[in-house]
Amino acid sequence: MPNKVTFPHMGESYRAFKMLLEDLGNEVILPPRPSRKTLDLGVQYAPEFACLPLKILLGTYMETAAKGANLIVTSGGVGPCRAGQYAQLHREILREQGFDMDMVVFEPPKLYPLDFIRNVRRLNAARLSYRAIYLCIKRSWRKLKALDNLEKLTHVIRPREKQRGATSQVYKKVLPWVDKAHTIKEIEEAERTALDEIKKIPRDFSRTIVKVGIVGEIYVLLEPASNLEIEETLGNLGVEVERSIFLTGWTVDNTIKETKELLNAKDAAAPYLPELVGGHGRDSVGHTILYSQRGFDGVIQLAPFTCIPEIVAKTVLTSVSKEYDIPVLTFFLDEQTGKAGIATRLEAFVDLMKRKKELKTSTA
Amino acid sequence: MVKIGIPSALFYYVYYPKWETFFKALDTEVITSGKTTKKLLDNGVREALADACLPVKVFFGHAMALRDKVDYLFVPRIVCTNKKTVYCPKFLGMPDMVRHGLPQMPPLIDVRVDTRSQRNAIWNAYQQTGSFLGCKKTKILSAYTSARKVQSRFNRLVLSGYHPLDAMAALKGENVVAAKEYPQRLTFALLGYPYNIYDPYISVQIIDKLEKMGVNVLTHDNITPRTLSKQKTSIKKGLFWTFSEQVLKAAKYYFNSEKIDGAIHLTAFGCGPDSLLNNFIEREAKKYPHIPLMTITIDEHSGEAGITTRLEAFVDMVQRKRSGVSLAQ
Repeated sequence: MPNKVTFPHMGESYRAFKMLLEDLGNEVILPPRPSRKTLDLGVQYAPEFACLPLKILLGTYMETAAKGANLIVTSGGVGPCRAGQYAQLHREILREQGFDMDMVVFEPPKLYPLDFIRNVRRLNAARLSYRAIYLCIKRSWRKLKALDNLEKLTHVIRPREKQRGATSQVYKKVLPWVDKAHTIKEIEEAERTALDEIKKIPRDFSRTIVKVGIVGEIYVLLEPASNLEIEETLGNLGVEVERSIFLTGWTVDNTIKETKELLNAKDAAAPYLPELVGGHGRDSVGHTILYSQRGFDGVIQLAPFTCIPEIVAKTVLTSVSKEYDIPVLTFFLDEQTGKAGIATRLEAFVDLMKRKKELKTSTA
Repeated sequence: MVKIGIPSALFYYVYYPKWETFFKALDTEVITSGKTTKKLLDNGVREALADACLPVKVFFGHAMALRDKVDYLFVPRIVCTNKKTVYCPKFLGMPDMVRHGLPQMPPLIDVRVDTRSQRNAIWNAYQQTGSFLGCKKTKILSAYTSARKVQSRFNRLVLSGYHPLDAMAALKGENVVAAKEYPQRLTFALLGYPYNIYDPYISVQIIDKLEKMGVNVLTHDNITPRTLSKQKTSIKKGLFWTFSEQVLKAAKYYFNSEKIDGAIHLTAFGCGPDSLLNNFIEREAKKYPHIPLMTITIDEHSGEAGITTRLEAFVDMVQRKRSGVSLAQ
């Protein structure tokens, strides 16, 4: 039976994963962008107090299963965050609902090297040589990086655009360019033209722009559908956003070597939260301190409801916020969160930051 | 004399006798926050983050009760004690949460215990604590030895059927009796974390209530650690939180052992690990359709009457089922 592979939907990253899995000879069933329907499915079958990502992923798997997918590729984890247990719970729930789906769970390769190789071989339907696999991974890695770079640029351009919505429009237009590119050369070229295209958007440089860092749990940060497009909303309010986690950086941290960014965040967090509390709790604290030192105007923390690591971080963040004089706004997201509610709180938060900034510049 | 405060919450129900003996042997005074009360919990609820789970709020309340009474607060960072599983993230971050989440706390003694990263991690932690208090190594060693002795006596008492609070009283020489098992009665397994099921206030005295209704109550503490560790759960990867794994294995053991007529899972509102654990216990229970399982969620508003009604209904149901079976035979 040929592999019909699917994977969790995380922002635009699916474009790179699709290429990789197809290159390895699998048929890819694209996960749909999480919608109300996805979440409803997840909420119906997942345990009540499980966190939002678990529910969204379950819904996504069920939707793709209905489309004929029979193999799920996902990441594992070794705790203490709950995400490491997702795969085995998902497998049980899916089986109970009559979906016969297999799972390939990638654990940290440093701890389980054999498991990693077995997983790679399982996905290597085209029987490519290890060298060829390496090249495939390299190419999709480049694509992933290009996608991250594009997204980063939109965060800078959006608050300054003259016509509201222009950035999102152009971004949507240029993504397929990168999507179509296949060789590294093509990807680099597509990235360059796409970046140029976004830079061409007419901008207004006279606005007061506040800078906000976004920290929190990885899934709700990376999947705009789960955080109700908070970055776009903020951009439209005239806020330049910098996100602490991108998929490329996270993957490097967890597979090869910890990046400098993470080490800096770890060091910064040490006086407040020296322990790895799972998930991204410590990173949230560290990045908040780093953002404050770099002169950001505020920090927004995003976390799923009942996420313990982020609750620990939030408790500590109250004193970080005081000592570093940086406002922190936390959103605990669940299936009940509404976009209008978030927008109102964001508007108030942005107003406060803008006032503070204007006061500072007028006295200086 | 230096006063050391130990909040009567979370690890209190597991390690208090050891800690008390240790600190007393180092010529310090040990002060606990006593039983959970409404006032204490209300204080915790006010200071803790709304999204935090009930046990954290309880712990905050206990820590605050000790605020002006002690020189040091003992909140160790217990990461791992068996080289395999770790404790829930809230235990890992507890000293930081207390230090940065509560105002005007006394200095904390927050030694780190992680048996994965070093040999003799537990002894090292005690040694660090002792030298922090300015004691000599020989003194610390003798304190540690006597603490271990007391702890193993405590563990034996708990295994034989004393509930931790009774066992602590028994160690002090008070005359308390262990919960007896009556052969004719119903037997329930009470599944849950020690700091939930043994705290009479937040568990709304569930153990007492069941015993008064004529039910023998068994918990994971009534299984020898050896038997418990031998249990194989149906999930491939296992749970990576120590207490959760313990409870899941206890569930597996009791369902399999024919010893119980029913099981109750007591969980706290907002508990992260329990959101998964509860699901796995339910799955285990489905394999034994003749043993009913009930899940009770407790929170800071748990009403006494509501829980009692549910317990009575559950006991009645199991009772009727059993008499029905014996009639049919």
